[in-house]
Amino acid sequence: MVTSLRPKPGPARSYRFPQFKDETLPIGVRLITAPVVKLPIVTVLVLVNAGSTSEPRGKEGVAALTAAGLLEGTARLDGAQFAEKFEQLGTSLESGADWDSAFLKITVLSNKLEEAVKLLGDAISNPVFPDREIERLKGERLAEILQLETEPRGLADEKFSEFLYDDESRYSRPDEGSTESISSLTRDDVEQFYRSNYNSGATTVIVAGDISSENAKKLVIEAFGKWPHGSSRQQPLSVKARTTRKRIHIVNKPDAPQSELRIGHVGLPRKHPDFFPTLVMNAVLGGLFGSRINLNLREAHGYTYGASSFYDWRRGAGPFVVSTAVESDVTAPALREILIEIDRIRDEKISAEELSLARDYLEGVFPIRYETTAAIASALATMAIYDLNPEYYDSYRTNIRNVSEDAVLNAARTHLHPELLQTVIVGDAATVRDSLTDNSLGEVTVHDA
Amino acid sequence: MRIPVETFRLENGLLVTLSEDHTAPIVAVNLWYHVGSANEKIGRTGFAHLFEHMLFQGSAHVSSNEHFELIQRAGGTLNGSTWLERTNYFETVPSNELGLALWLEADRMGELLPAMTQAKLDTQRDVVKNERRWSVDNQPYGTFLEKMQELVFPPSHPFQHSLIGSMDDLSAASLDDIAQFFATYYSPDNAVLSLAGDFDSADARKMVDDYFGPIPRGKTRPPLPPMDLPPVFGKRLRELVYDSVSLPRLFMAFRSPVFGSQTYYAASITSAILGLRRGSRLHRSLVRERQVAADASAFTFDLAKGTDLLVVDVTARPETSAAQLEEEVEREIDHLYREGVSETEVRRATSLIETDLTASLQSAGERADRLSMFATYFGDPALINEQADRYRAVTPEQVNEIISERLGENNRASLIYVPKEGVESEQMLAAAGTG
Repeated sequence: MVTSLRPKPGPARSYRFPQFKDETLPIGVRLITAPVVKLPIVTVLVLVNAGSTSEPRGKEGVAALTAAGLLEGTARLDGAQFAEKFEQLGTSLESGADWDSAFLKITVLSNKLEEAVKLLGDAISNPVFPDREIERLKGERLAEILQLETEPRGLADEKFSEFLYDDESRYSRPDEGSTESISSLTRDDVEQFYRSNYNSGATTVIVAGDISSENAKKLVIEAFGKWPHGSSRQQPLSVKARTTRKRIHIVNKPDAPQSELRIGHVGLPRKHPDFFPTLVMNAVLGGLFGSRINLNLREAHGYTYGASSFYDWRRGAGPFVVSTAVESDVTAPALREILIEIDRIRDEKISAEELSLARDYLEGVFPIRYETTAAIASALATMAIYDLNPEYYDSYRTNIRNVSEDAVLNAARTHLHPELLQTVIVGDAATVRDSLTDNSLGEVTVHDA
Repeated sequence: MRIPVETFRLENGLLVTLSEDHTAPIVAVNLWYHVGSANEKIGRTGFAHLFEHMLFQGSAHVSSNEHFELIQRAGGTLNGSTWLERTNYFETVPSNELGLALWLEADRMGELLPAMTQAKLDTQRDVVKNERRWSVDNQPYGTFLEKMQELVFPPSHPFQHSLIGSMDDLSAASLDDIAQFFATYYSPDNAVLSLAGDFDSADARKMVDDYFGPIPRGKTRPPLPPMDLPPVFGKRLRELVYDSVSLPRLFMAFRSPVFGSQTYYAASITSAILGLRRGSRLHRSLVRERQVAADASAFTFDLAKGTDLLVVDVTARPETSAAQLEEEVEREIDHLYREGVSETEVRRATSLIETDLTASLQSAGERADRLSMFATYFGDPALINEQADRYRAVTPEQVNEIISERLGENNRASLIYVPKEGVESEQMLAAAGTG
C-alpha cells in the first residue's frame, strides 16, 4: 500500500521575477520591457492614466467607452477592418478601463509582433470615434446593465459599492457607468475625454515575452512616435463612506434560492505601509481556501460553496469585503459566523500554524503567478499604476516572510472595523428579514431589485 | 514549437507522461480519471462531481481538508473538476515539493475509504447543493448545460443527464455509493498521471513508482452503453425556456465530429469562423452591423465519444425579441450553409487558434492537463505537439464539407431563453404583501 511517510521537501531552487528595463523614451512614453525566452509569444500592454476615476461628474462610463472606441477605427481603417487585420495576425486583443487606468492589451506570436504593434499604435494615436459605433457600444453597455438586474452576484457587488461610498465618491457609482450616465454620453464626450487624458506623459507601454528590450524599444518608438506630448494629471479622489453606522440592505429577489452576501467597509489604498501585514491577515481571515471564514462557512457548516474576504486594491481606498452566497434559510447564522470571525481575528493573535500557512503559501506561490507573458505584463502594470518601487517583486517574498503574529493582530485591529460594517443581501426578503433578529449588524432596509 | 513528452506505464496500469521544462522552479501534477457524469447510474445524477468533492476530505494518511492545507502550505495551487467524460485533480507546486503532491494523489487513489464518514458526506452534499444553487439555479442562463444535454441527447444516452445533478439524487447518495464508485473507477488502470515542469526525469520516475507502484489494479469496469449517434439530429429540435433573465439568449447546437477525429479540426475552425472574437461572422454581422445582438460567440464542447457539439451562443439587444433573434441567427447559419467560407476566414481562425494554443502552453498546469487529456482519450499524450499542424492543414474545402454535412436544417437544436417579466412582477407583488 501507499507509504504513510510524508515526503519532505528537497532544497528549493531559487527564483527571481523576470528582470525588466524601465525607461522614459524621448517620445515621452514610459517603457517597461521584460524579455522572457520560453515560447515565441509576446504581450504588449498599453496603460493610459485615463480610468474611471479620471471622469468628470455625470460622465460616468466615458473612460470605458473611450477605451473601447479606440478599436473602432481611424481615418484609414474602420472598426471591422481593424478587427480583421489584428485577427489575421492571430492577435488576442482587449481594451477597457478600470478605476485607475485605461488599457489596450495584445498577445501575439513573436513573428507577428511588429505588424500588430503598428496597428496598436495606429489605433491609439488616430481614433475617429465614429458616431454609429459609439452609439452601438453604448447600447451594448446598456444591455449589460440590464443583465445585472437578474444577476445576483454582479448586482450585489454594485449595490455594495453604492451603499458603501458617499455620493461624492466616484467609487459609489458603477465603474462603467449607469443607465442615466451612459444614455447621456455623446461621441463628443468621448473625443473630449480622449483629448484631455490620452497623451505620452500619461502612457506606459509594457512589453513582456520573446523579444529583446532593444527591439521592443524600436517597435514602440516607431508605433507611438506620433503620440501627442503631454503630462499626466491626477484628479482628486474622495473615498468618503456613506455612513458611520452599521446598516443592512436587503435587495429583494423574491424566491431566490440563495442570498448573495457582501459585508465590509472602506479598506485601504494600494500603496499603504501596512500592505503586507494586511495581506497576510486577510489570507488567514478569508483569503485562502483554508482561511477561517471558508472553513467555517463551507467545511464546518456546509452553508455555502465558498466564502472569501479581500481588499479590493485601488489607487484610493477600495472596499474590504467578505463575499459569499448561502442558502436563504441560513442567511442570519452565516452572517453571525462572519462577524464572529472578524471579531476573533481582532481579539487575539493568530496561531503560529495559521501564520506559517499564509506566509508559506504567499511566498511559495509567487513563481507560479508569473508563468505567462500576460501575467508578467500585468504584474508590471501594477507596479506602474501604483507607483511601487522597482524592487517590489524582488523583495516581495522577504516582505511576506517578515510579517509577524503581532503585525497581523495590529493590522486586524487597525484595518478591520466591525462598527462600520455595511451588509448587502441580495435575496428573498420574506425569508431573510425575519431571521435578522439580533440587530448586531444594524438597521435593516429592504429595497426593490 | 514542440514540448518534450516521455511516456511509460506502471505494472498496475497507470499511464504516466512527463514533460520537462526548467524555465521556472515549479511543477504541475495532473491526474485524469476516465470517469465522469456519463458513468453515473440512474437515480444518482451528480454523483461523479459529489465524489470529486469527497476526494478532498482526506484519505488513509491525510485528514479532512489536509490535502488543501498541505499543498497551500507548500506554496502550491490545486483543484479538481468533473466533466461528462472525465474527472481531473491537479496541483502546481514549487519543484522541491513534487514528492508531496505525488504522495497526496497516491494516498487518495490507494486508500480513500478509511477516511470517508457520513458526516463528511452530509457536509459535502450541502456544499454541492449550494454550488448548484449558486451556479445553476440562481444564475441567469445557469441551466444552459443541463437543458442543452436534455435537448440534444436521446433519453438513456450517457450524456443526457445533468452533470451537477438533481437535488433529489444528491440527497440519495450514500457512503455505499462512495465505496462502490471508488472501487469501480478510481484505480491506476483507469487513470493518467502527467507531470510538467521542473523535475529530473529519473527522479520523477522513481517517485511515481514508489508512491503509485503499490496500488493494485482495479476490477473490470462496466462498459458505457452505446454512445454512437448519427451525424445529424435528423430534424429540428427546439425548446423555449421562460426564465428569470433580462435578455433573450439563443444557444444553437449542431452535432459535430468528436474531439480529435480527422474532421474535428475543420469543425473547430467552423466554430471559430462563426464566433471567435470580434472579426467572426456572428459578431461582425449581428453585433456590429445589424446591432440586434449584444454579444455573440461559438464553441465546441470537445466531447471525445458519441458526438461532439458545436454551439452558437447569441444574446439579444434589449430591442430584439427572442423570435427576431432566432430568425437573425438562422439567417446567418443559412448563409454560411449556402455560400461556405473563404480562405481568408480559415486563415483568420487558424491564426487565432494557434496564438491561443501557444499562450496556454506557457502554463505548466495547462501542459499537464492537455497531456492527460490526449493520453486519456487517445492513449497518446504526444498528440499535444500535433495540434497546431492539424489546424494548419485544414483547407477551406474541408471546412465547407463539414458545413454542408453538419449545419443544415436537419441538424439544429435551439435552446432559447425568454425573459418571463410578467410572471416575475406578479410574484414580486405577492412577496411584498406577505413580507
